[in-house]
Amino acid sequence: MTTTSTTTTGPTGKRPATRFGNRQQLQQILAFAGLVGIFAFFSIASPYFLDWANVKGILLATAVTGIMALGATFVIATGGIDLSVGTGMTLCSVMTGVFLANLGLPLVVGVLGGLAIGALIGLLNGLNVSYLRLPPFIATLAMMMVAQGLSLVISGTKPIYFSDVAGFDQLAAGELIPGLPNAVLIFFAAAAIAGLTLSKTLTGRYALSIGSNEEATAISGVDVRRWKVIIYVVAGLFTGLAGVVMASRLNSAQPGLGLGYELEAIAAVVIGGTSLRGGKATILGTVIGALIMATLTNGLRIMSIPQEWQKVAVGIVIVLAVYADILRRGKEA
Amino acid sequence: MSDSPTLLRATGISKSFPGVRALDDVHLDLRHGEVLALVGENGAGKSTLLKLLSGIYRPEAGTMELDGSPMSPSGPRQANELGISVIHQEFHLMPDLTVAQNIFIGREPRRAGLIRDDVLERRAAALFERLGIPLDPRQPVSHLSVAGQQMVEIAKALSFDARVLIMDEPTAALTETEVATLFRIVRDFVSPRTGVIYVSHRMDEIKEISDRITVLRDGRYVDTLPTASTATREVIAAMVGRQLETGARPGAASSDPAGLDAAGLDAAGLDAAGLDPAGRAVVLSVRGLSTRKLLRDVSFELHRGEILGFAGLMGAGRTEVARAIIGADRSTGVVEVNGRPVTVRNPADAVRNGIGYLSEDRKRYGLLLDQDVVRNIMLSSLPGMTRGGFVRDADGRRVAAEMVDRLGIRTPSVTQTAKNLSGGNQQKVVLAKWLVRDCDVLIVDEPTRGIDVGAKDEIYGLLTSLAAQGKSIIVISSELPEVLRLADRIVVMCEGRVTGTLANADATQHDIMELATRFGADRSLVTTGDAE
Repeated sequence: MTTTSTTTTGPTGKRPATRFGNRQQLQQILAFAGLVGIFAFFSIASPYFLDWANVKGILLATAVTGIMALGATFVIATGGIDLSVGTGMTLCSVMTGVFLANLGLPLVVGVLGGLAIGALIGLLNGLNVSYLRLPPFIATLAMMMVAQGLSLVISGTKPIYFSDVAGFDQLAAGELIPGLPNAVLIFFAAAAIAGLTLSKTLTGRYALSIGSNEEATAISGVDVRRWKVIIYVVAGLFTGLAGVVMASRLNSAQPGLGLGYELEAIAAVVIGGTSLRGGKATILGTVIGALIMATLTNGLRIMSIPQEWQKVAVGIVIVLAVYADILRRGKEA
Repeated sequence: MSDSPTLLRATGISKSFPGVRALDDVHLDLRHGEVLALVGENGAGKSTLLKLLSGIYRPEAGTMELDGSPMSPSGPRQANELGISVIHQEFHLMPDLTVAQNIFIGREPRRAGLIRDDVLERRAAALFERLGIPLDPRQPVSHLSVAGQQMVEIAKALSFDARVLIMDEPTAALTETEVATLFRIVRDFVSPRTGVIYVSHRMDEIKEISDRITVLRDGRYVDTLPTASTATREVIAAMVGRQLETGARPGAASSDPAGLDAAGLDAAGLDAAGLDPAGRAVVLSVRGLSTRKLLRDVSFELHRGEILGFAGLMGAGRTEVARAIIGADRSTGVVEVNGRPVTVRNPADAVRNGIGYLSEDRKRYGLLLDQDVVRNIMLSSLPGMTRGGFVRDADGRRVAAEMVDRLGIRTPSVTQTAKNLSGGNQQKVVLAKWLVRDCDVLIVDEPTRGIDVGAKDEIYGLLTSLAAQGKSIIVISSELPEVLRLADRIVVMCEGRVTGTLANADATQHDIMELATRFGADRSLVTTGDAE
């Protein structure tokens, strides 16, 4: 009996192992190829495109949306969506302004305060989704509005300037590595942490597990409600970080900003190959997605394409990227 | 090991769901070192009882004891910790995660907060080694065949230090070889401190593996019988509550199934005619139907007034045939309706050609649960029930009322919301939808899934009389007694191929099972589709 079973199913064991990463690696390679293609196109189309100053501009533009997109990746991995990252980021900027410029707290406290506000936004999102069982779309749509309103109320609708806060602007603009702004460094560091969190910690594992089959995850004994809250808090922390970096870059907190950033972040995640249905996510993909978005906008601007048309182009790229993903999936199925 | 001979005891267990009393005063006791088979027809309450034992549901009344001390698991995790592991009928796996990640979900070994996937994979490999299961721990579960996924579930259950192992129809998707592996695992598991509750429909397996048999019927406890001294016939009699039932069909017994009596002689007459289809027109002809994923060269003919049964194990491709015919999945091959080739690109095309499909998942694909009976019945026929672009609700109500009458749908009114109807009546509403649309070919997938025994008979009667009125019906069913009772001819499938077509008069459960397990030589736990 044992021998028969071994002979019948033996080939299975010898079949070359399909590594978990293969499919996602392919996705990333495709997204990366897309990025290289766009880069190549603009370098030929415009002589100014490859200037280091311009490339630096692209990287800087990537940093804030990119950091938001990192957080959004976790929520999307669970099959949820986070619409509050844009205005949430603004609220974190404003609160950092309150802590540093208005209350005159030490720099470290102000920065950590900004992150804490992000975590609080995530906590409320998570509680609403997990315990009040609101659909993520609704819970975070409500938070998007609340955050926007609070930013305006708290700031009195006026920007808060950090001119008197020594060193704050250096957070983003300083260059620990000469030639590379700290904001970009922070983005890459955040991406490394996000990558590790997604692939190697319980938070990441359960985010993918919930997105893959929420009921099965719960029946396996994972406290799904608690972990969802944690996942939204993690996303919120990235929102907070984005808020601090944004405030430092502008050396001010602009309460009117933020709306629309959430959609750019979600677009970056999706272009990178993370599935909106959940269960499949890639941080490297998200980084590439954010770079594609910023490169495209920058390149079109350099070619003097009007801003209105830039939006149209970005929309088309989103459709192409996701359709390519669907085609590939169809082939595998 | 202990003085008490009982390892797990449940006494006076009751549980209701809205509209259904699933369990009523049910008993069960599992002794140390035994395999207890739990049998009963679909809807008898087996799965509900298992979910109570594993903490997924809480009983409304009754007590449960583990080794003499009361237990009431608050959830599946706690049940695991108490030493109760369950392999559920429906899989609880995360397709995007690897085999190892699935098995140890919720118990990941970590260092400094980081998951040690290498340790995870080693443990999984050691577990497979011990169980003799050839699985690759790093394979994503979505790449596995149904049998492979079943093996993952089994390994997961045994990765806990379980004392009570509960298996709900674990062999439904397995080949004979895999069943042998499973039985070896079960025998290795049983010791004086452990026990197994084994739920199955397959009498030969129960005979082979179990020590005693507990029978449930309609949510009530019937009896517990010693396997060695009980004939299969007696077990089935206890299950169905009467002696003669087509389901039993010991050997090639009566060719006039008892259940057809009520439906009239017509059907019985057609049954005989089914052997010689020359006399009746071919309504639907399918030739060389294939899909990328599963189906290989499926061909068959459906005659006017015929009920054609489709039998096979889980994953054999029966539902896929239906989905291909109605254009829900892409396929190649020729489909002819009334002798004329048709192109069916989507379900709307199928309906235009008079083919209606009743899904096995009624609630998901058959009904608008939150809408009333009228709207459900009208749904497929709306374009014919409008005037100047406005829906004529009065027509709908009249037609719905006719259908309620004709099919005997038990509902307080035609404006009752579909979700408040019982399973049997919901099924009749879906049937009514296609009858209103004048479909001549009905494909009914698992017509009595989740429907209680009494209502089953009604559905059977209804299908038989529809066929007698000239409708042509394909019945896909996992319950062999159901296929044997309804069908004139039976198409048996295995791994996406048709392995045989039998005339009901000379078909036995045994014949069908043999065809249903006629696997190709290259079968493995990994599906070929994804590996390409």
